Amino acid sequence: MGAGHAHPLHLDRVSPVHRLAPEVKIAAVLLFTIIVVVTPRTEFWAFGAYAVLLAVVAGVARVPASWLAKRATIELPFVLLAIALPFAGHGERVDWLGMSLSVDGLHGAWNIFAKGTLGVLASLLLAATTTMRDLILGLDRLHCPTVFTQIATFMLRYLDVLADDARRMRIARLARGYDPRFLWQVKAFAVSVGALFLRAYERGERVYLAMVSRGYAGRMPVLQSARASTGQWVAAASLPAATASIALVAALGS
Amino acid sequence: MNPMSGPETPALRVAGLHFAYPDGTEVLHGIDLTLSPGERVALLGPNGAGKTTLVLHLNGILHGGPGTIDIAGARVNPADRAGLAEIRRRVGIVFQDPDDQLFMPTVAEDVAFGPQNLGVRGDELTTRVDEALAAVGMSDHRDQVPHHLSFGQRRRVAVATVLAMRPEILVLDEPSSNLDPASRRELAEILEPLPVTVLMVTHDLPYALQLCPRAVILDEGRIVADAPTPEVLTDEPLLRAHRLELPFGFDPAAAAARLTR
Repeated sequence: MGAGHAHPLHLDRVSPVHRLAPEVKIAAVLLFTIIVVVTPRTEFWAFGAYAVLLAVVAGVARVPASWLAKRATIELPFVLLAIALPFAGHGERVDWLGMSLSVDGLHGAWNIFAKGTLGVLASLLLAATTTMRDLILGLDRLHCPTVFTQIATFMLRYLDVLADDARRMRIARLARGYDPRFLWQVKAFAVSVGALFLRAYERGERVYLAMVSRGYAGRMPVLQSARASTGQWVAAASLPAATASIALVAALGS
Repeated sequence: MNPMSGPETPALRVAGLHFAYPDGTEVLHGIDLTLSPGERVALLGPNGAGKTTLVLHLNGILHGGPGTIDIAGARVNPADRAGLAEIRRRVGIVFQDPDDQLFMPTVAEDVAFGPQNLGVRGDELTTRVDEALAAVGMSDHRDQVPHHLSFGQRRRVAVATVLAMRPEILVLDEPSSNLDPASRRELAEILEPLPVTVLMVTHDLPYALQLCPRAVILDEGRIVADAPTPEVLTDEPLLRAHRLELPFGFDPAAAAARLTR
């Protein structure tokens, strides 16, 4: 299932990681991230080992490093914040290249950078190997509240429809000589956003009517699909298990 | 309510149906309409005649005015929730915009939605989905996103979503709108052999002639004509009186002669 559910973060490949059931991948990434976050920031080598683990997963999933690096740039704003910390931090200071840096701030910056990067990379690997539809299915099987999964399902279906509506409205504006170069011309844009909202609202009503006509009574039918096998859980558990062992060794060693 | 439906029980019987919207606008002024099982009837009428209002009454979405509706012997009673579920199985409405009807992320899931609401599960569900998709020639597209299908294909899937519920009566709201001629013909070829009663709401008079032996005209909330479609379409004063027009150059008599041959 899920052919054609491409999203920009999905990388359509055939690999053991792609074949894993979505719920086991979600659980593995979640556990991995939690362990990374609770690892003390001074255990530098542990973070290196975590990165190696992710590199192994990426290798198995056949996700190229360049592909990951390009999409990891989403993290940049946080990195910029992290860079500010050593300058703004208090307490003990060190001199480096003529700059006075706060030790506490340096640790804080490292903390944000290392944990953030590991979290982003893990999420990117999850997104690269799982289609959007499967992600929602996985969340559903992990007993995520159905309100959230249903909203996500509708969004998945209607985002493209809405985007098409918006595109048609924009072309119709341009066709009538609209050339938004000045701020005061923003009015037409604002009005179209309102019109788009109304259209979406009306569509919502019609969709609901059509659903009721097919016997919808306020509850979505429960999806019956094959659950992940024990083998899949075990395979996916290898990542958090390895992460936990590293964290444990780090905790005992310090 | 009589759950038994003998061969003589009409597929649909509307009697003395009135309806006014809460703001007081009166839309239906006493509709009487009976469809025999297996009949295909075109419901014609200008915009604002009350066609959609009538359609939404057939499965109890709109209600409140005087009058009764029976679907294959079962009375539409909005107060009876369990009965209403059965009515909604019996009346399959295909709405005009397939994007309103197809709301699930994949074609197969959408077709499964209706039967799932009826409690169908497992192999039976798979069979229904396969059958319905095969009936509209969309079996190869079962795992696709509705958005990636052509408009004609989406309309066909919308028909399948209703067929999967095995309805007694198929109600089509403007089935030929926005279709190119080839998609229009393909849809006709799909609808023609279906062994269900069809009520087709349309402005497309040639399409009505092609698919429905009988036509009724609804105008200003009343049925103003009910006759074999060729007769209705050749009655020019009648059509003109109710803002219905044949396309330029279309000769209903010649077309009807081609149909019977």
